[in-house]
Amino acid sequence: MDETELEKPNVTRFRLFLSFSRISLSSFGGAIFWARRELVERQRWITEREFIEMFTLGQLLPGPNVLNLTVMFGYRFAGWTGAAASVAGFLGWPCLVVIGMGILYQYYGALPQVQQALTGMSSVAAGLLLATVIKLATVLPRHWRPWLFGTLAFVGVGVMRWPLLWVMGALAPWAVFAAWKEQE
Amino acid sequence: MMDRLDLGGLFLHFLLLWFVAIGGPSTILPDIHRYLVEVHHLLTNAEFAELYTLAQVAPGPNAMYVILIGWHLAGWQGLAATTIPMLVPASTLTLLVGHLNQRYPNAPIGQAIRRGLTPITLGLVFASATILMRAVNHNWRGYLITLLTVALVLRKSSWNPLWLFAGGALAGILGFV
Repeated sequence: MDETELEKPNVTRFRLFLSFSRISLSSFGGAIFWARRELVERQRWITEREFIEMFTLGQLLPGPNVLNLTVMFGYRFAGWTGAAASVAGFLGWPCLVVIGMGILYQYYGALPQVQQALTGMSSVAAGLLLATVIKLATVLPRHWRPWLFGTLAFVGVGVMRWPLLWVMGALAPWAVFAAWKEQE
Repeated sequence: MMDRLDLGGLFLHFLLLWFVAIGGPSTILPDIHRYLVEVHHLLTNAEFAELYTLAQVAPGPNAMYVILIGWHLAGWQGLAATTIPMLVPASTLTLLVGHLNQRYPNAPIGQAIRRGLTPITLGLVFASATILMRAVNHNWRGYLITLLTVALVLRKSSWNPLWLFAGGALAGILGFV
């Protein structure tokens, strides 16, 4: 990589750890909103455009989107150890919170009131996921091909309950090839 | 009948899943549900839905449900078996592609991959939503809460989802669902 191309602000591993801790601890219901606010607005480490590019890349790659962004960001500013410090900040705290919840669930999960509250909250969680799909689907082009691939993925995994690996193995190369041909 | 938990098998299955989890942790939810609830009977439908929900209320990325499920199944070992696989693609593929992308932005193959895979991702997240919906809702009132949530999120996108969770909890405690 050409070092002169990138203007690197002085970002230490400790500051990376702190920033990603702040992002993850404030992100209830999706981390992307908070990541943009911290990295672009508060710290001004990257520009809006760089952020969007990094996020898109993170979405394309397997794994949690924002975790991928965290790895790329930390690596870009402080190498391997920078990536590790960022991931520790980003996953460490929520991990502790979730373990606490797991312990409480083991002790109190069977209480009737807790059961009832969880049932109501689960209905909400399903609705949030459904709403996310509806919002995202509006960006799909009005063309039959993407809708066909989307429907096939849904039917294969959601209705037929086939293993994801088979469905992806069959659909993904075909879908990428079709998009590639369309581009030419 | 509950199967005996095979930590090595769990680790390998999650490792494979995370490598195809393009579009994030919601795309592998159907397969995690299939593996743990339908094939190996390690969790009930309700437990799966409750653990997912608890993780949504916690801070952090959406992927926390995978960590919580691992912890619930087998403590620290279960947590390691589901969490380490999540970090593997991120620390190999992501670094490699991030590096290549800084070298060659606007490569046509990158654009074809993105355009081709986006609809598949959406189909998979839709599958997750319907599986979750069927797992948690046992009567029309449950579905009503789900649909009400959808309507509120689409119309009032600035609302913090935690208020909706609080509303759902309240509806549950009052015996609505």
